[in-house]
Amino acid sequence: MANMIPKRTPMPEQAPEVRRRNFDEVATGYTEEMAIHEATRCLNCKNRPCVSGCPVNIAIPDFIANVVKGDFEEAYSVITKTSSLPAVCGRVCPQETQCESKCVRGLKGESVGIGRLERFVADYHLKNNTENQIKPESNGHKVAVIGSGPSGLTCAGSLAKLGYSVTVFEAFHTAGGVLMYGIPEFRLPKAIVQKEIEGLKKLGVEIKTNMVMGKVMSVDELLEEGYEAVFVGTGAGLPNFMGMEGEGLNGVYSANEFLTRINLMKAYKEEYDTPIIRPKNVAVVGGGNVAMDASRSALRLGAENVYLVYRRSEEEMPARKEEINHAKEEGVNFKVLNNPVKVMGDENGKVIGLECVEMELGEPDATGRRRPVAKEGSNFILDVDAVIIAIGNAPNPLIRSTTKGLEANKKGCIIVDEETMATTKEGVYAGGDAVTGAATVIKAMGAGRKAATSIDEYIRNKNN
Amino acid sequence: MFKIVEKTALNPSMTKMVVEAPLIAKKAKPGQFIIFRVDEYGERVPLTIADYDAEKGTVTIIYQKVGCSTKLLDTLNEGEYILDFVGPLGVPSELEGYKKVAVIGGGAGCAIAYPQAKALYNMGTKVDVIAGFRNTELIILEKEMGEVSDNFYLMTDDGSNGNKGFVTTALEQNIKNGAGYDLVIAIGPVPMMRAVSELTRPYGIKTIVSMNPIMIDGTGMCGGCRLTVGGKTKFACVDGPDFDGHEVDYNELMKRNITYRNNEQAAREKNCRLVKNVEVN
Ligand SMILES: Cc1cc2nc3c(=O)[nH]c(=O)nc-3n(C[C@H](O)[C@H](O)[C@H](O)COP(=O)(O)OP(=O)(O)OC[C@H]3O[C@@H](n4cnc5c(N)ncnc54)[C@H](O)[C@@H]3O)c2cc1C
Ligand SMILES: Cc1cc2nc3c(=O)[nH]c(=O)nc-3n(C[C@H](O)[C@H](O)[C@H](O)COP(=O)(O)OP(=O)(O)OC[C@H]3O[C@@H](n4cnc5c(N)ncnc54)[C@H](O)[C@@H]3O)c2cc1C
Ligand code: SF4
Ligand code: SF4
Ligand code: FES
Repeated sequence: MANMIPKRTPMPEQAPEVRRRNFDEVATGYTEEMAIHEATRCLNCKNRPCVSGCPVNIAIPDFIANVVKGDFEEAYSVITKTSSLPAVCGRVCPQETQCESKCVRGLKGESVGIGRLERFVADYHLKNNTENQIKPESNGHKVAVIGSGPSGLTCAGSLAKLGYSVTVFEAFHTAGGVLMYGIPEFRLPKAIVQKEIEGLKKLGVEIKTNMVMGKVMSVDELLEEGYEAVFVGTGAGLPNFMGMEGEGLNGVYSANEFLTRINLMKAYKEEYDTPIIRPKNVAVVGGGNVAMDASRSALRLGAENVYLVYRRSEEEMPARKEEINHAKEEGVNFKVLNNPVKVMGDENGKVIGLECVEMELGEPDATGRRRPVAKEGSNFILDVDAVIIAIGNAPNPLIRSTTKGLEANKKGCIIVDEETMATTKEGVYAGGDAVTGAATVIKAMGAGRKAATSIDEYIRNKNN
Repeated sequence: MFKIVEKTALNPSMTKMVVEAPLIAKKAKPGQFIIFRVDEYGERVPLTIADYDAEKGTVTIIYQKVGCSTKLLDTLNEGEYILDFVGPLGVPSELEGYKKVAVIGGGAGCAIAYPQAKALYNMGTKVDVIAGFRNTELIILEKEMGEVSDNFYLMTDDGSNGNKGFVTTALEQNIKNGAGYDLVIAIGPVPMMRAVSELTRPYGIKTIVSMNPIMIDGTGMCGGCRLTVGGKTKFACVDGPDFDGHEVDYNELMKRNITYRNNEQAAREKNCRLVKNVEVN
């Protein structure tokens, strides 16, 4: 008999007043008892609505049934049939709009904590499994993957399992993409990402860092060197700025720079050389996950006041609900319906304030969201010594500008056939944020997996 | 890991290093740069590719020991390894199609100007090199620059080499004497590049400067290297580092480059592992 408690088993967390000053993970994870308790809330529905909400169609009721039985390793193998980074997705997937939004338990009460269970199972496996990955037998074919974010890693892993010898080329000195440089330690511990990458290496995937492709080597050169196909998973790393006065002042960061200095370059740790401004008062501009991460990181660097400046209302914020709540609990000051107009600086070029204007919501725009309009004469100044711009990223142009025959749309997104992820250039496939613009980890993973299937087919057909 | 095959002190504050990096050596062009990271705890720091040898698979860098990372780099010796070495980054300099070029280097900037002078000279372009240093002790690459120029002007601020004056002094004289430059390349401290650009502006001589803002990734991802050129935001790592000297907003650049200096300097020095190590030993 299923457990009919309407509320889900709470996730143990560090208290807000403690965690706002440390970089340790906020949510500490279910115990075995909690996981089994939560798993018994699943009704094992025949028509499995939750599965259709998951972009990679994890067999959710099946893995949960194994959790109920206490067979966590079996649960893990169910998940990894279709997902390759469960410890990551269980933590950062926007479950409330995906799998969990379709759960029937959500009709009366709260949906099953699918993401939390997925995380538990993956963590259990990472901690307890000592079985060595067996390197699959080589099929003698070579594939190159550019970019080591979730799309590239998934594509590489899927192909390696099929026997391909895969080389991943990464521009940075560390693999992992946004999982390493963007999403902060307190949401996604870097050790977990590294463990997943170690797993890939055991499968035989070779990872070459410090390789800025398009500069040090082109896609065409890879093809000439005997790679039979190339997957481009270079993400959407080009930061947008507002174009307002004062954005060149000292103390104005893109969220990418701020987060990279903290996450990848560990500016918050004594032993690292990375410099960073430790502002007392900070304004973060934007309303997505990136803005939440930047705000909460600023708090952890010791800021007294962190203002989140967003031009629409809270309902329109693209960030996950959970992240918004976490940010509020930790003391981020939400300044919604405000738009920045100018960064003010002193004579040394240092930020001393952010001028904003109040907004109100007008008619709906093309996206269906109500368009914010400035309230005449409502300008005011926020006293801040740093401004972090988190208003979105566009795909990096380096690969498409150096590869003949690789076409992109007006926004700079690489054009692919959505069925196969094939680009306009033969033998070249693409996926993840480089194709969709900034999206989610699980979508990038799904694209990497799909591309791997097509690449396998392409190479087998070619050699027949 | 990238092996250091040669290390030479050029003067008390500048060092030349030849590093094994075959892929970079194969692709490098004048005007491009690399980013290095000494070890796991290090910063990512950009340095110009001063020379390269595709056959030997080596890249030469010349750096001034100004702060923590360059001093750390300088603790490494021949046969040792640099952890990360990324490149070639940036857009190669456009050197085609000029008849007579003045290449101007200021101090450490000479290391960056030298490969450009060399490339132009080897293309058959007439090249005047004007190099300026604070005093004779600091002079670097004298022989090398002399070899790749038709006329070589070596200036010192204090006149200790017998040729007192700034690079602009020599440049102005040459222009007035009808040197007929169709391009001026100026590389050095920002105030020098600005002065050269102001000098050439009324003569309408195209002037290229090489920008050295703070960088992290060098691939267009962080926006930290942004500067304003002709009223537009540009990223020096992917749009540059060369820009039209008459269009650059020098004030903004100078202010941005001191972000981690001034009040932060004391804290940084204290934090520099090098200083810590020295204390321990
Ligand atoms: C701060 C932040 C928070 C986020 N939070 C969430 C969240 O909570 N949940 C969620 O689902 N999604 C979140 N996202 C979005 C998610 O991280 C991305 O959608 C996802 O990482 C995209 O994966 P990708 O593989 O396409 O690219 P990326 O992860 O961007 O990886 C691309 C990789 O390619 C490398 N690269 C780029 N150009 C080159 C080149 N020329 N040569 C070699 N390598 C190159 C880059 O260095 C990078 O490592 C967040 C994003 C950010 C920035
Ligand atoms: C494209 C490019 C090419 C370069 N090529 C060379 C080269 O060939 N040889 C060379 O010696 N230097 C070169 N530089 C400058 C070099 O990267 C800086 O001097 C570097 O900051 C030194 O790091 P550090 O940790 O030793 O100094 P620190 O002083 O500890 O660095 C801390 C900060 O100080 C500032 N800073 C210190 N020195 C300088 C400087 N000279 N110019 C601008 N900012 C500075 C920067 O903001 C830096 O982040 C180049 C820079 C760029 C962007
Ligand atoms: S991968 Fe994401 S969407 Fe799919 S089941 Fe897991 S948490 Fe839900
Ligand atoms: S919809 Fe909810 S209750 Fe039904 S199988 Fe899926 S997780 Fe279980
Ligand atoms: S160094 Fe990051 S964008 Fe140029």
